Amino acid sequence: MTNIFRGFGAVFYKEALHVRRDAGTLFFSLTMPLLQMFLLGFAIDTNIRQINTVVYNADGRRESRELLDRLTNSDTFHIIRFVENDHDLNDMIIGGKARVGVKIPVDYSDRLLHNMSAQVLVLIDGSDSSVAGQAINVTTAIGLDESLRRVLQDRAALAVDMRPKLLFNPDSRSPNFFLPGLTAIMLLNVTTFLTAFSIVREKERGTLEQLFVTPVRPFGLLLGKLLPYLGIGFFELCLILFFMRFVFLVPIHGNVLLLAFLSLPYLFAALSLGILISSKANSQAEAMQLAFLPILPSVFFSGYIFPRETIPAILYPLSYLIPATYFINITRGIILRGATITHLWKDGLALCLIGAFLLIIAARRFHDKVIMA
Amino acid sequence: MATPTQILSEPAISAERLVRRFGNFTAVSDVSFRVEKGEIFGFLGPNGSGKTTVIKMLTGLLPLSGGNARVEGIDVRTDSEAVRERIGYMSQNFSLYYDLTVSENLQFYGRIYSLEPARLKRRIDEIVQLNGLAPYLNRLSSQLSGGWKQRLALGCAMLHEPKLLFLDEPTAGIDPVARRQLWDLLFELSGHGITFFVTTHYMDEAERCSHVAYIYYGKLIADGTPNSLRELPEVQPHGTLRVEITTPEVTRALRFARQISGIRSATIFGQSIHALIDDHFNLDELREQLLKDGIAVAEIRPLAPSLEDVFVELTYKHQALLEAASD
Repeated sequence: MTNIFRGFGAVFYKEALHVRRDAGTLFFSLTMPLLQMFLLGFAIDTNIRQINTVVYNADGRRESRELLDRLTNSDTFHIIRFVENDHDLNDMIIGGKARVGVKIPVDYSDRLLHNMSAQVLVLIDGSDSSVAGQAINVTTAIGLDESLRRVLQDRAALAVDMRPKLLFNPDSRSPNFFLPGLTAIMLLNVTTFLTAFSIVREKERGTLEQLFVTPVRPFGLLLGKLLPYLGIGFFELCLILFFMRFVFLVPIHGNVLLLAFLSLPYLFAALSLGILISSKANSQAEAMQLAFLPILPSVFFSGYIFPRETIPAILYPLSYLIPATYFINITRGIILRGATITHLWKDGLALCLIGAFLLIIAARRFHDKVIMA
Repeated sequence: MATPTQILSEPAISAERLVRRFGNFTAVSDVSFRVEKGEIFGFLGPNGSGKTTVIKMLTGLLPLSGGNARVEGIDVRTDSEAVRERIGYMSQNFSLYYDLTVSENLQFYGRIYSLEPARLKRRIDEIVQLNGLAPYLNRLSSQLSGGWKQRLALGCAMLHEPKLLFLDEPTAGIDPVARRQLWDLLFELSGHGITFFVTTHYMDEAERCSHVAYIYYGKLIADGTPNSLRELPEVQPHGTLRVEITTPEVTRALRFARQISGIRSATIFGQSIHALIDDHFNLDELREQLLKDGIAVAEIRPLAPSLEDVFVELTYKHQALLEAASD
């Protein structure tokens, strides 16, 4: 009589039957993340290359052509057209055909040969800030480099030679950056949705009310309902990791088992969020809308797409409350940087705390608003 | 400790001065009643009057704000889990899993009550036979008609052989044949000593109960057998008589009847008028008076009050008391 998990086996088995009957939902929730992986892994590249560039070369001699070669060799610029006057140069940018316009004045080579300063005009379309930023950086660097070469005449080494080296993702591959983060968002999506739906469906149907007048204990009921979805979430994680490693060729530098282990507190937090949603929502449509709420901050404030450093100071503390923040640190840490438990235990602990906090609130709300209503 | 004789004589439900408050709102106020073993207890009242709240209190879902309740001899405040082991509950929406088959639904509810496999199998066989579910065992419960859903739901609620069943509006939205069959089944089971606590809006169902109670905005205003309620002085005041006047022109007759002194109240029932009249009022005189107004009367005969009359009269009286109290 004192078994606080009473009814667990019956509920677990029944829930597994639901999942099997509703194969469509399961299929959808497992394939949607893969679809997103393909989009982010193949189609989207955050490294800016081959910016459409228009050139007005009024000079036309060897020095000017060398400069243009250096621009195209940087892989940042792609010269799509040469024009013959200022008007056409401007027009190409206004019309959106080119993002960058380069004008080399008629006296460029002359001034260089007379050891005078030569000017090159670079017009940049500022309507996309990341493209503009990249264009400014590269053109400035090429200008500086060109100047140094001429001053030093290839005779001496640079006084200070900065040699930046990218660790962990040397090629700046987008999938390496996106996919570990996507894992966190997708797991949140699947587990929160499925849990919230499975409970709200019973609310709608009236079966929850029925279960409350049976000897099932609340812990048995919740655990029986949650474990199948924990299993699905875990399977999803394996699926994503498999595709990430073998289709998108993202190298995993750390221990996969550690990643699997640390995903448990994250799934726990996501499931608790699902229960919290189900205590509020009375219909599946309502649950759907509520389940979208945590997705947005998880995408924008967790560092998944935009670095957390860009979050305004007022909102920055918010990012500490989002489970995805910690799990993204865990996935990127293990997959890209080969981090170990000594680096990540704090994130795991934070997830446990958030999960426990959510579960307590959810259980309390559930008791007050659902059972006692 | 209760002696064996005390247990035998213990009612299925004894509720003493039940009170349930939600904040400042009192949903159930001072409600007391007893349901004996084997009774079919009809619990009636308008929507929102506290019926469901009382059921939740008796099944241990809602703590009592005041009073005492014993169900099958167990105090619901101290051992609600033991109460839930001994009772069955069927709600008006039948609470089935529509994506599971009939047999899977039965299996699930049996397991919930921790029936061991051998007993579960025996009980499922019995329920299937009793309710005639055999042809549908492998069908998804969503594909059953309303009447069959209801039988399955009742079957699920009875698997663990409860001695007391709560049926919350068991016949809402099902066809008349299924309704009749359900009641036949209830009578058969109550003959075997099973107690039923039934809520309903149908007056004809209330008439079939062996014991009815009427709750009106949290207060119990009637409690007894249907016949004892019909004889309440509030329903049948001393010196009055209830008659049925059959006439082809009920609407016009009602207008005139209401003007005749000696007729206290009158209301239309199909092709006739039910009226409460002073018992010294001569029936032949009434017939003549109506004829004078050009209304041919086919028949006037005495009538026992229906349960609907009972509840209407008691509600009026209770409202009058409430208004007097608030003045």
